[in-house]
Amino acid sequence: MAENNGFTREVAHRIFAAEFKEANMQVKEGSDQYSPQYLITPTGAKVNRVFIVGTLTEKEDVGSEAEFWRGRIVDPTGAFFVTAGQYQPEAAQVLSRTTPPEFVAVIGKPSTYTTKEGNVLTSIRAESMQVVDAATRDRWVVDAANHTTKRLEKLAGNEPNAVKAKEHYNTNAEAYKAMVTQALESVRAQ
Amino acid sequence: MKEIAKQIEARFLELGVKVQTGEIENKLEQLVNQYKVPPEEARRNVINSLLKKHNLQKSDFFTPRETPQVKASDIKQDGKWVTLRAKVVQLWDANQESISQVGLLGDESGTIKFTKWAKASALPTLEEGKCYIFKNITTSEWQGQFSVKINKTSEIIPISEDIEVGSTPTEFSGAIVDIQSGSGLIKRCPECNRALVKGACGEHGKVEGLYDLRVKAVMDDGERVQDILLNREITEALTGITLEKAKEMATEALDQAVVLDMIKNKLVGRYYVVAGAKLDRFILVETIRQDVKPIEEDIKRLLATSAAPIAQEA
Repeated sequence: MAENNGFTREVAHRIFAAEFKEANMQVKEGSDQYSPQYLITPTGAKVNRVFIVGTLTEKEDVGSEAEFWRGRIVDPTGAFFVTAGQYQPEAAQVLSRTTPPEFVAVIGKPSTYTTKEGNVLTSIRAESMQVVDAATRDRWVVDAANHTTKRLEKLAGNEPNAVKAKEHYNTNAEAYKAMVTQALESVRAQ
Repeated sequence: MKEIAKQIEARFLELGVKVQTGEIENKLEQLVNQYKVPPEEARRNVINSLLKKHNLQKSDFFTPRETPQVKASDIKQDGKWVTLRAKVVQLWDANQESISQVGLLGDESGTIKFTKWAKASALPTLEEGKCYIFKNITTSEWQGQFSVKINKTSEIIPISEDIEVGSTPTEFSGAIVDIQSGSGLIKRCPECNRALVKGACGEHGKVEGLYDLRVKAVMDDGERVQDILLNREITEALTGITLEKAKEMATEALDQAVVLDMIKNKLVGRYYVVAGAKLDRFILVETIRQDVKPIEEDIKRLLATSAAPIAQEA
């Protein structure tokens, strides 16, 4: 049932913070101004939506007139920046009423920002955010590890996204494998 | 060409008439190659002329064949003649003059939509919950969905035994990533059970709706997206919010949306395993539980994989 009036919902990818932070390769499918934007990550995920679970450690309202919330969400490999403004009212509401530290799940769109120095910063524009429990967080780490491992296996192959990722990032697969191992061990250690 | 000729010959032999394959072939050949008649038309022409010659009825040649009996879930091809032994699971409103009845048939293997044409008026009227043998019905496909059509050559035989309708159960595990609008406390049209939009039914206009509770959610396992549908019972059991409580909450807040918010709060971002019948793009959820499968196994397996060196470095 791939066709649904020509519209299919984008899958929410599971990406670790360390990998997401490195991602800076944007591609657009089609030339239409409404064509979806994708972010290709170092392990070759082509991402238009992400699903992450981690610990909300900091939050701040950086908006001037309307509220604009920014949160820092930490997983075993690093931190995500998540934003929610007036166009993401539900996520903004949850972020505003949640006191860190707290486990949260976020579904959102990747977005990138290029600084004056030319550095690309990645963040997630939250579509929705909810407070979850520790078990869900652990399950997510395993889920993300599973998907990252699968992508690493494909990275050696010839799939277009894998090839693009290798060309662009010159991905060090061993380093990402070590990241996965470390993430898994952190769950186990508890 | 030889194939068609042989088929025709074999069929006539069954009727006790010996015809010459060579003769058939020549005729086919002539029609197709010389007179540019499409093969199917040529076949028809040859059969008809032979029937006339041997004084046979068309119905003798075509109908007595038994259509193969199939299971609902095996129907995967368009334009086949089949026989189905099934129960009428649901009757829907037939909103077209050419259709006398429309609904859902089910057997042990699953369910399939049926349409009974108005032209097939000689056939008995189907009743919900009764079982029948449907002979000589055709399969059809529309946008990947299969259905069967009951036409005037079909035969409907009521049977007394009961058929246990099996759903084609589908399982999906993943995280709930979205709860769609139209979830939570909704109102339905008392006439047709459709969900009301802004207090009006698409068919019957402004009506006094009846409250119901349901969830339309999206699940995602990182590779695939699956829409799921929770009815009132399942929603109540999963969220702990009963219809009564939902009504109270909505009245107190003067807003139905509080129920939806609460449901989102409880479900989004969590991992679940659901099972149920697949209908269209939805799974009609019969069971849903939070995924509590121990993760230790997965950790071990993944650690073992990542300990092994990567096969090849490009």
